[in-house]
Amino acid sequence: MMQRGDIDTIVSWVPHGGKVLDLGCGGGELLHRLQTEKLVEGLGVDIDPANIIVAVGKGLSVVQQNMEDGLQNFEDSRFDVVIIAYSLQVLKRPHAVLERIVSIGGEAIVTFPNFGHWRSRLSLMFSGRMPKTKALPYSWFDTPNIHFCTVADFESLCKDLSIVVVERRMSSSTGLLAQLWPNLFAKSASYRITRR
Amino acid sequence: MAQHPFDNSVGIVSPQRASFPETLYLESGEVLDGFELVYETYGELRADGGNAVLVCHALSGNHHAAGFHSEEDNKPGWWDTVIGPGKPIDTNRFFVVCPNNIGGCDGSTGPSSRCEATSQPWGSHFPQVTVADWVETQKRLAEHLNIQHWAAVIGGSLGGMQALEWSIRYPDWVSHCVAIAAAPGLTAQNIAFNEIARQAIFSDPEWRDGNYLDAATNPAQGMALARMVGHLTYMSADKMTDRFGRELRQGSFDPDDDEEPIFQVESYLRYQGSQFVGRFDANTYVLMTRALDRFDLSVGGQGNLTEALTDATAEFLIISFSSDWRFAPSRSQEIVNALLSAEKRVTYSDIESDAGHDAFLLDDANYLALFSAWMGRVAA
Repeated sequence: MMQRGDIDTIVSWVPHGGKVLDLGCGGGELLHRLQTEKLVEGLGVDIDPANIIVAVGKGLSVVQQNMEDGLQNFEDSRFDVVIIAYSLQVLKRPHAVLERIVSIGGEAIVTFPNFGHWRSRLSLMFSGRMPKTKALPYSWFDTPNIHFCTVADFESLCKDLSIVVVERRMSSSTGLLAQLWPNLFAKSASYRITRR
Repeated sequence: MAQHPFDNSVGIVSPQRASFPETLYLESGEVLDGFELVYETYGELRADGGNAVLVCHALSGNHHAAGFHSEEDNKPGWWDTVIGPGKPIDTNRFFVVCPNNIGGCDGSTGPSSRCEATSQPWGSHFPQVTVADWVETQKRLAEHLNIQHWAAVIGGSLGGMQALEWSIRYPDWVSHCVAIAAAPGLTAQNIAFNEIARQAIFSDPEWRDGNYLDAATNPAQGMALARMVGHLTYMSADKMTDRFGRELRQGSFDPDDDEEPIFQVESYLRYQGSQFVGRFDANTYVLMTRALDRFDLSVGGQGNLTEALTDATAEFLIISFSSDWRFAPSRSQEIVNALLSAEKRVTYSDIESDAGHDAFLLDDANYLALFSAWMGRVAA
């Protein structure tokens, strides 16, 4: 997970002592770092009871819940930051979740693998098969990642939903290229977004 | 060397008794001129008293939560899966206190104990007690044991309701609160099942308006029936299908067979009913079900659960079981959502299980792993 490149970015963006909701928190690695380094008041949400046991073992508070069920149990502006780290692509209705999180959080941080990365493009172009990479090793039929998007797709969706991109950061092994042409060279994308 | 059956338990334990002569003012407005509590403790109380944990029992439970009463005893306490060395409530770390609640029938003051004023058994004259009354008596027991603070208050079902009540009634006393398979209050259906159980008892001629002990008798039929109804609500339909299906215990549907056919499930329920009669008091059953019916966690918030939980300072663990239809996962989620609204620290998991309400008493790997992992944060 740590080689994903988005974690350090998220940690740097979260305000000290903030109220943070981590949706799809998994085993709680990120939330644990935020609690240790940023002293946040953190809450995790995950759908998988096995993940909850791991996260709870780290001393975290976690609620088992499907984030696609509307998140109606959280009042608007309940959190300073709502995070969806590398989970957007597993959602059935990512746009509905995005709309909701900018309401319950003053700000949201969303990170995802960029499907527009040149390796994915080359792989599809030359093999004619859905790309499999080290980071995304699944076959098309059993992948949990049902809604891949590219950097350009994500920004276009934000525009449609009247969501403002406050800041974005791309990570890749190619450094400068990813900043210049993120849609082609960013391996993962991190966004700070908010409601207009 | 063969493993001794007590190796994984707190071993042999003895109940203790404490008397509280001071008047107890009950929520109902009635008073008890003192009371006695029978309780058990497991583990060692640290000198600073910081590792005390209160375990609250449910409807038919008592003070014997863990361990065995003798070398020959082969039935451990009701929560031996959870309490013991290396278990979620780790007796190597915690000092565990579990009292039999007043109104009970296992030694604490209740309908079957003698009323000093009349020197007769209380019977149906024993005042109705509530979850809040139990919390008051448990607090007196704590003070008796030189405990000023609970590292955790823990319970399942009706026990979970007591833990929740503690968290709002004495927030300073409770740093961690665990409510498993509980509910913020009973549904109409829950109350209905309780009422059927009570009517079963009342309709037994031996009930004698609750004063059966004076006549040295017992509404055994009514009690057995009450238990059968109650027990049914603790099990899931799937589990019953798995365990009994349509299997016959005896006889057949062959017209030439003289033996009456009896389904396995009939036989099982009758057995559960008959087992209960020997060990439980009918007045206590009536009183406990009424305490359940009347419990409403939202009362302090005038019906608003979030308001009611505002003063709580504990960190919460709420657990439900997927097949529990007595106190369904949605009931636990009501508690969780109110805690979230009140900005309390809460962890919640719905454990996948086919064991129904009874799952909180059983050995389920995920349940115990979560419970253990969470207890790691409770300072001991």
